[in-house]
Amino acid sequence: MSTTDNAIGLEGPEMEAPAVAVKPSVWATVRRNWSVRIGGCVLLLLLVQAALAPWLGTVDPTLFDAASRDLVPGQAGEIMTLEGSYINHTFWMGSDSFGRDIYSRVMYGTRVSLVVGVSTAIVALAFGIVFGLMAGYLRWLDGVLMRFMDGLMAIPAILIAIALVAMWRGSLLTVVVAIAIPEIPRVTRLVRSLVLTIREEPYVEAAISLGTPTWKIMFGHILPNTMAPLLVQGTFICASGILVEAILSFLGVGLPPDIPTWGTVMAEGRSQFNIYPHNIFFPGMFLALTVLAVNMLGDGLRDTLDPRMAKRI
Amino acid sequence: MYAFLARRLLSTIPVLLIVAVLVFLMLRLSPGDPAAILAGDAASTQQIDQIRENLGLNRSIPVQFGIWFGHLMSGDLGQSFYYKTDVTTLIGQRLEATLSLATLTIVIAVLVAVPLGVLAAWRFGSLFDRVLMGFSVLGFSIPVFVLAYILIWIVSVKLGWLPVQGYKPLADGFWPYLKHLILPSITLSVIYIALIARVTRATVLDTLGEDYIRTARAKGLPEYKVLVRHALSNAAVPILTIIGIGIALLIGGVVVTESVYAIPGLGRLTVDAVLARDFPTIQGLILLFSFAYVLVNLLVDLSYVIFDPRIRY
Repeated sequence: MSTTDNAIGLEGPEMEAPAVAVKPSVWATVRRNWSVRIGGCVLLLLLVQAALAPWLGTVDPTLFDAASRDLVPGQAGEIMTLEGSYINHTFWMGSDSFGRDIYSRVMYGTRVSLVVGVSTAIVALAFGIVFGLMAGYLRWLDGVLMRFMDGLMAIPAILIAIALVAMWRGSLLTVVVAIAIPEIPRVTRLVRSLVLTIREEPYVEAAISLGTPTWKIMFGHILPNTMAPLLVQGTFICASGILVEAILSFLGVGLPPDIPTWGTVMAEGRSQFNIYPHNIFFPGMFLALTVLAVNMLGDGLRDTLDPRMAKRI
Repeated sequence: MYAFLARRLLSTIPVLLIVAVLVFLMLRLSPGDPAAILAGDAASTQQIDQIRENLGLNRSIPVQFGIWFGHLMSGDLGQSFYYKTDVTTLIGQRLEATLSLATLTIVIAVLVAVPLGVLAAWRFGSLFDRVLMGFSVLGFSIPVFVLAYILIWIVSVKLGWLPVQGYKPLADGFWPYLKHLILPSITLSVIYIALIARVTRATVLDTLGEDYIRTARAKGLPEYKVLVRHALSNAAVPILTIIGIGIALLIGGVVVTESVYAIPGLGRLTVDAVLARDFPTIQGLILLFSFAYVLVNLLVDLSYVIFDPRIRY
């Protein structure tokens, strides 16, 4: 099994990604890339939307009112606040079978999705970098560590995530860790292949002959030169993290149902889908849009930062 | 050739072994007491202890692994905690649905994606090419279950052409069987189409730049012959490789698709087993899926010899 798949399953791990030095001129090309521009703008909008969720005409997403059950989008109704008073509210995206406002739940759900996506990428990259540097730089560890990673990669990612979350019970932390774990081997392989190229460079040799400690060479000389491909990889992990979290919550094994996420809103809408499809369509739209934006950003970054990778696909 | 075959077969053994250890540890070391779950809420401590003893859960972890692995080698995956039958029987009952779904999905994906990829490469940079590439990013980004519900809504609910959910075994007749499988397979094939079309386009694009293509055109071969006989057949190996890698995506998709379409297959069983914390069933399923993944990729590696006469092992 000498293959890998990231969020969109595109690069071969044996390929040695080039050490791209991040120069200002590179960032100028990145900014001119349309994929980056569109993806970045949509993400920025979603970030602003997530931050401003309480001020966008939403109510507390956990509020429910039996009198406002199963409203169609745009219908007005009332909802009871925690203090027991009633407020009039227009349900722009309808309500679910508990009488909760879908619009508010979707708006607040953006927060969860973005947090899960970014944290998953950070966790997977952090562990992948450490393991990859160790495997690539400490030869005695390489064989054992990489065989372990091979085994982990042979198990389909979503199965690991589902099993782990179910066993640990869903919380934000366990979901992030469970989604990040199957991504770690891919990052490890990427970092390892980068390290194996970079360690032959004259400046590393120079650092060794000057007596620089190993950890300093690893983190000070080698790591900075792996940044561009890792940024690309991190973006794809983020997209896949958002997707997997929604799948887990949708299947009922992810975050607890009281946390408003796109996945839990859709899970709630499953049983009545034939009559009230809005419960699934609105969060589904946001989910697809977000993942699309992150993937476009990743594609654009890959094309501009990593020309050799771009040529392959 | 035979030496290679033996070597390649042997190299999968450590991977599968590591998978077995990982799967065992992952589920056995996580919190959540299966004996207590099995006994139910009303059980006394003695009853729980009794169940724990019957299941061998009171032994040390290495002993448990030894027992479990010994049974595994003789094809015994243990008893399901929840269904109270052999896991092997359970899997056997549900194999047909999942195999049918997976096979039809791959057939649809290859039939659609390969021609699209070849056309996009042939008209590289054209509107068709750009639209197809745009759609492939979309294909990666739209979650399987959202797509499933959109298709159900249009095809089954609004148009009433196909059944909304469910599965009919082949024994009930071919047409009912196919009718229930079409929509799930189309849903599942979208991400696969995106993946295969991209790789086909990239590799055919590479081969179209080769000298022998110019020679073929110069000697007056019709364009379709150039594309199929010369370009595509030389691009077979990367396409096969991506089909093998994509099996991981397919397995993840099977879990979600079977849940949405209420197909009683292995994916549905996985979700049910996870929700019931049914350790032996989860272990058996993850092992089965991982072994299938490793095996398919082994077959892909071996098939290179048929598709590319230059490769000799």
